[in-house]
Amino acid sequence: MSALLARFKRRYGATPWHLLAHVIAFAVAAFAMVQLLDERRWVNFLAWFIGAALLHDLVLLPLYSAFDRIAHSRVGRLHRSRRGLRGVPIINHIRAPALISGLLLLIYFPLILGPAEPHYLLATGHRPEGYLRNWLLITAALFAVSGVVYGVRVWRR
Amino acid sequence: MLRDRLREPPPGPFRPTFWRSPLRGPWLTSFLGTLLLPAILIIVFTGLISHDAYHPELGRNALVNQSADIGPLIQFPASWPSWIYALTQGLHVTIGLITIPLLLAKLWSVIPKLFQWPAVRNAANALERVSLLLLVGGGLFEFATGVVNIQDYYPFHFQFVVAHYYGAWVFFAAFLLHVTVKMPTVLRAYRERGVLKPLRDDLLHTRPEPVDEPGGLVAIAPSKPTLSRRGLLALVGGASLTILVLQVGESIGGPLRRLALLAPRGRVFGTGPNDFQINQTTAAAAITPEMIGPAWRLSLAYGSHKVSLTRAELESMPQHTHELPIACVEGWSTTQHWTGVRLSELAARAGVPAGMPVNVTSYSVQQSGSFRSATLSPEQVANDRSLLALYVNGVALSPDHGYPARVIAPGVPGVHCTKWVGSMRFSA
Repeated sequence: MSALLARFKRRYGATPWHLLAHVIAFAVAAFAMVQLLDERRWVNFLAWFIGAALLHDLVLLPLYSAFDRIAHSRVGRLHRSRRGLRGVPIINHIRAPALISGLLLLIYFPLILGPAEPHYLLATGHRPEGYLRNWLLITAALFAVSGVVYGVRVWRR
Repeated sequence: MLRDRLREPPPGPFRPTFWRSPLRGPWLTSFLGTLLLPAILIIVFTGLISHDAYHPELGRNALVNQSADIGPLIQFPASWPSWIYALTQGLHVTIGLITIPLLLAKLWSVIPKLFQWPAVRNAANALERVSLLLLVGGGLFEFATGVVNIQDYYPFHFQFVVAHYYGAWVFFAAFLLHVTVKMPTVLRAYRERGVLKPLRDDLLHTRPEPVDEPGGLVAIAPSKPTLSRRGLLALVGGASLTILVLQVGESIGGPLRRLALLAPRGRVFGTGPNDFQINQTTAAAAITPEMIGPAWRLSLAYGSHKVSLTRAELESMPQHTHELPIACVEGWSTTQHWTGVRLSELAARAGVPAGMPVNVTSYSVQQSGSFRSATLSPEQVANDRSLLALYVNGVALSPDHGYPARVIAPGVPGVHCTKWVGSMRFSA
């Protein structure tokens, strides 16, 4: 029995339980997928399903990593040795507000940039006004708070 | 020779030296995963509650094909507090939104795995990679479609509810599988590094985790840390907190509403009794003044028995006032004082024998569009707080809020509070 198990492990790469768990999960996922295939627009659904993963892994993540690297090298050059005033590094005080602001834009872009407007107006009776302004003000506030915290850290050093 | 060349990873992200962050490693990923677990469970659970709160087993309430759906699993009694659906759906949307930073951090922490080389090691590894496509694709699909839906933005062609529901099945199946398969890795990371111990290190003491396995998460050529692990978690927490503050006011209301600066339904447009959020305007529903003018009648039907009532006749029936929320599936809610006729009294007027449990299907006078009718359960009809409202906050309903009459009932999804009701059919 253990010889059989060892042979299975060698050929498959994991225990039979691993295989069983995957078969069960794939069966449930396949059931749900089949329900969606009955819908008229299933090609569009699949495109979104796979597109969501690809867009994140191959566009969004490399994009923010690249921004981070650029910011990092610029800030580093500014302070010669990647250190800020009195040895307090500044990089995270730029990273944090920039990342949070970017995330808010990522989440609320339909209202901030306006593509949601036609449907939003029909549903609510109002235009989605003020979201761009609010986002800019929040971004300014995030950088301001981060700057104040940085100032306090430098002052206390 | 070709074999040898294939064994060599192509340049770029497939090379293990490409990944430089000193923070990536089994402990960090385990910790982020541990934080995600309860959040995902709450989101899935409240999502299922919402699915069942529509009472898909009644009338034409179902939005997904009933022959392939599991029956309702969790339905709360109509006697429960009226804000129960506002709470569960507020949690679904709010927890969903504040989980996004955590989800992105988790995906960032495992990104080198996407580019593992060789691309497939063995059959088990191939299955795992397929399951990860379902997990990541399903997860991002659910979050993306949910996020655009609450903003009334529909850039896709499929039906949102159906896709969000079955997408959740795909995601949750892959999620439970992932938790099961990775549990030993998580436990080993905690055993070796401690559950919270790595959070004690400040930036100066932040070191990479020991190299775990070839092609693992730990960078083999790490750069100097610029952020501690607790710093990374503080960043994630700060992002979540920011979203929470800017969002939750549309669900909780009160003074927090003033902080809901980015929430889709955070705003109050005036101080008048009808100046609260609208879900579907008369313009969207193509309601004309004639449809809701003096010629409007409410037809009640029970079997072959039919009654027709004018608004004045409804006004002369006993009026009851209750403070009830409209709780939208999109996560926002608004609590108002509604006055109108009890559904149970309308049932009696339609000829339903006293004490007989009946459900009611309310039909709007609107000619097209989704949710122009909805069926409430016998328990919901019998509840004293279930009204056909004629007034809100002491004045007649405005046309956008459903004049001449709308349904309002405790603990039901907002779209089941049918507006511009033209007829109601009671049936056992």
